[in-house]
Amino acid sequence: MAGPPRAGPAAALALHRALQRGWRNPPGWRSLSAVNHTTVGLRFIATALVFFLLGGVLAMLLRAQLAAPGAGFLDAPLYNQIFTMHGTVMMFLFAIPMLEGYALYLLPKMLGARDLAYPRLGAYAYWCYLFGGLILVGGLAAGVAPDAGWFMYTPLSSATYSPGINSDIWLIGVTFSEISAVCGAVELVVTILTQRTAGMSLARMPVFAWYVLAAAAMILVGFPPLILGSILLELERALGWAFFDPTRGGDPLLWQHLFWMFGHPEVYIIFLPAAGVVSTLVPVFARHPLVGYGWVVGSAVVLAVLSFALWAHHMFVAGIARPAQTFFSVASMLIALPTAVQFFAWIATLWAGRPVWRLPMLYLAGFLAVFVAGGLTGVMLALVPFNQQAHDTHFVVAHLHYVLVGGMVFPLLAGVYYWMPHVTGRMPSERLGAWGFWLIFAGFNATFLVMHLTGLMGMPRRIHTYDDGLGWAGPNLLSSVGGFVMAAGFAVLLLDVFLHARVGRIAPRNPWGAGTLEWAMATPPPAYNIASQPRVQGRDPLWDEPALAAQMAAGRHYLGRAAQGGGRETLGVDMLTGEPTHRVQLPGPSWLPLIAALATGGFFLAVLFKSYWLAAAGALAALALFLRWAWQGGSQGGDGAAGRLPALPARGGPGSAAAGDGLPQAGADLPHAWEGLPQACAGCDLPPHHVCRNAPGWWGTVYALVADGTVLASLLFGYVYLWVITPGWRPPDSLPAGAAPAMAAAAPALAAAAAAAHFAWRAAAGGRRDGGRASAGEGEGGRHGKGGGQAGAPQRTAACAAWLAGACVAGLAAAAALSALAASLPPATVHAYGAITRALAGYAVLHAALGAVMAGYVACRARAGFVSAERSLEPRVARLWWMYSAVSGLAVLTALWLPMA
Amino acid sequence: MADGTGPAAARYHGRGGRACRTVSACLLVLLAGCVRGPLSALDPAGPAAESVARLWWVMAAGAGLILILMVALGAWAFRRGRSRCGEALGRHLILGGGLVFPLTVLGLLLAYGLPAGRASLPSAGEQAFRVNVTAHQWWWEVSYPDVAGGARRFADEIHIPAGVPVHVRIASNDVIHSFWAPRLGGKLDAVPGRVNVARLLADRPGVYEGACAEFCGVDHARMRLRVIAHEPEELQRQLRAMAEQRVAGAPVGGQRTANWQPGGAHGQVPAGAAAARPEGG
Repeated sequence: MAGPPRAGPAAALALHRALQRGWRNPPGWRSLSAVNHTTVGLRFIATALVFFLLGGVLAMLLRAQLAAPGAGFLDAPLYNQIFTMHGTVMMFLFAIPMLEGYALYLLPKMLGARDLAYPRLGAYAYWCYLFGGLILVGGLAAGVAPDAGWFMYTPLSSATYSPGINSDIWLIGVTFSEISAVCGAVELVVTILTQRTAGMSLARMPVFAWYVLAAAAMILVGFPPLILGSILLELERALGWAFFDPTRGGDPLLWQHLFWMFGHPEVYIIFLPAAGVVSTLVPVFARHPLVGYGWVVGSAVVLAVLSFALWAHHMFVAGIARPAQTFFSVASMLIALPTAVQFFAWIATLWAGRPVWRLPMLYLAGFLAVFVAGGLTGVMLALVPFNQQAHDTHFVVAHLHYVLVGGMVFPLLAGVYYWMPHVTGRMPSERLGAWGFWLIFAGFNATFLVMHLTGLMGMPRRIHTYDDGLGWAGPNLLSSVGGFVMAAGFAVLLLDVFLHARVGRIAPRNPWGAGTLEWAMATPPPAYNIASQPRVQGRDPLWDEPALAAQMAAGRHYLGRAAQGGGRETLGVDMLTGEPTHRVQLPGPSWLPLIAALATGGFFLAVLFKSYWLAAAGALAALALFLRWAWQGGSQGGDGAAGRLPALPARGGPGSAAAGDGLPQAGADLPHAWEGLPQACAGCDLPPHHVCRNAPGWWGTVYALVADGTVLASLLFGYVYLWVITPGWRPPDSLPAGAAPAMAAAAPALAAAAAAAHFAWRAAAGGRRDGGRASAGEGEGGRHGKGGGQAGAPQRTAACAAWLAGACVAGLAAAAALSALAASLPPATVHAYGAITRALAGYAVLHAALGAVMAGYVACRARAGFVSAERSLEPRVARLWWMYSAVSGLAVLTALWLPMA
Repeated sequence: MADGTGPAAARYHGRGGRACRTVSACLLVLLAGCVRGPLSALDPAGPAAESVARLWWVMAAGAGLILILMVALGAWAFRRGRSRCGEALGRHLILGGGLVFPLTVLGLLLAYGLPAGRASLPSAGEQAFRVNVTAHQWWWEVSYPDVAGGARRFADEIHIPAGVPVHVRIASNDVIHSFWAPRLGGKLDAVPGRVNVARLLADRPGVYEGACAEFCGVDHARMRLRVIAHEPEELQRQLRAMAEQRVAGAPVGGQRTANWQPGGAHGQVPAGAAAARPEGG
């Protein structure tokens, strides 16, 4: 890489060393505190790979048992544990974390950023995933693994019919690892929307980022129904609350609805990032930009939305109403449209370019054949009459493997071969890779093609054995042999991966000739990714400007210097245009994620073993750790220079840097707001993120509340469902004594807390009309704020703290009133009405209590002097939380009162 | 499926030519020969299962054609030596292949496929033989509300008249099960707290095997059932004989759960229940 004349290789090397000092992981065992996205992403991938191998071994055990009729290799209880764990491991511990790992590793690099929005949250997500997975695997090792099927249909999974700890292990372990997925999703959404490189407008985003954005948004809305369902089922199992028990007014179908509201989108959550891999690779090997980028992005979004309207096609034989069946049938078929659009866009891209045949293309070809077949059987299954024959048979098993292996595993393996040189800096072996592919492809089809027929010949799924004379013996034997061939293929693949990492040819820069920014860096990538963040002009920057990589390495673009004090920073941009608006200052290595995950794990384990005092202690410990975490990470100075910044630059602002062509002239009139800058540095004068409207903390709260709101929506759905659909009961005509006064006290308390939080923010923001609009884009806002701050900053901060203390008190009062309301409701163990209304009240109590804690926390921050007109983010977040809590609390009160109206 | 559904549909509705019909019939017989079996949905013995089996073969043919087409389109990109095609063709490909083509195919499929479900829908006014089935872990309790003495309960075998629609009211006593006699029609879940009604129609007398299709616990694999279709007058005799036998024997049903050992082979029933089993069944 020949550096440009002004900054020679020596300067580039010096910059590299300086950045490396700030970004590298601690060595040895202390690397467990690493938060860097490359490290965390690879940890996700490696752990998911281990779980994949475990799931594969379980599958081989299943196939060994089914190879011959009447086999006695596994008995029924063991077989049930193994098939349940196979599905659970593959869905929750392999597919989702693997794709999140891909996204965590790749996205900042593709977006031209240095890290994700919340490095510590990413590390916390990893530990939650690992510990949740260990709970599940621990159950398997102890012989008490879940055994009610991976969709845990109740009443089979209820305490009556599954009295052991098995189902609890599933509910706890899966919920724990889902928390990880939701944390990861928030992180990905915020990163994609606000932490790209300069000039990367939404329309110039790499298509993979669009897919991951859609999938992450789906996780935010798709996982909460199952998280809620799991909580309700655990409440029913552990404490006898009646949600799903038909003898007490519950309905087992409510569980199925909640499960499939998650379960169907889940399939597309898995498919979308994989399709993103395809959309990324096809143009590279076609040597042509993606044809129909807009169509592809549009269909990814349509797919994400539409996939929430299909869940009941998993319930066509449960006896749901005929018109509903027709609706879900047609909707399920329509999902073929956006999928077909993508396929034809890929084919059109291949046609438009001059495709070259490399190893990753082999897997893409396998994806094409296998996934199209799976999609076609999916269309068949969407047809109600056919579904009623094929449902719950091996036909469905074959279909879902065609969709998931075809739609996820093959693109994933294409991605493995494509990005392997990026991770290791070495090239894989084309020959060994091809062997692996053909074994996997042939083995897969031998296993699952014939399985369609086995199913139509009447073999139900999830049976541990079958009689001879039903015509199933031959096809099953073929499936088993195919399964072992496929396993051999994976062994070859693993061998290839390990061998290449040792002896592979050293990869040249950008070995595939790709256009996206992850190939602009050295491989394996340095901890800071890129020495400066470029201004991009199109979707394929490396194709548009071949010299870009060298310029970036020389530090000639944005933030081309090591931050003072060894801090980590990356550009924050306007969501739509990608114009830089601020510098996001990122935390370095921290033990807090690991410790907080251990506390969270302690909570879940205590719940699992039903020692609720210990659980409460774990929850409190986790809460305290989170507060400590926030205290460190806020605009206080724990992270680099943030706290020490005197004020915003009076003029210039980002506009001056962003307005140019991105290559700042040496000695240009960039304001040097901070002393000691070694050289002119584009973007270094941008304000830090805490003074910004687009601060990561703000958007993270917004998206977390989206997930939280979906929990409430699912709970309200359950309430209305039980009330309206379940035969035989309706809520009582009047609320019990004590409920009305509690409601009358709770409503004004909620409103008062929200109002106090609002005034606290107003006070902090310095009387600006909209302190939040202190978007760094307008240096104006900062100046006003500063001016206001000069007038009466101490008084303002004191007023803010006082209002927040008021919000804290009002919040505690609201929590107390709501608790009284919950206590006055009918007992939860007697009837579903009591159970669901108490769950609703509990939701409101929890939010009021957390809101009180948050208000108290921000009040302390204000008293400690970390809140000012410029740094009004924290009161703003507290206000947002209280707006949400008040609205959701009032919604709960309305819902309880509505049947009596 | 655009290529497959239309003509194929016409064929099966008898509007196609004689030769066409003969050829397709031969093909079907050949294919169907491989997939016969006591539980095979592709070996139908009643109108509901028959329409679905036909639907399957049509869809399988159409899906095969589409799969070949897609793979060929992908492969062609690597085979062509001629000049590249531009963005315009790409857009046409996306519009035509991604929207027009699937919409056409899906429209045809819905028009052809949805009516296939009619045969499995019980209509309110229909004269039908009624059977009540309650699922237990892991057996089926059967009773006949319209037959004198039929309120008594039997296990795992359902006697029905051939050629007459039968409404099976399906309930569950414990967990979710699924009632399925594949040669007669699709499955329907037995959900605790609800009653689902399935419609069965056997063309001819005979023995039709069935199974529980929804995972229901340890002995799910052994939870089989058997539908036995008789000539209508024969059925009355059969049920009377069963009722008399039953009176002589011990009660069935409730006890069965306690006696039932996980892992027991299908057909092994406790002494009390065995009395309900007809000899010649």
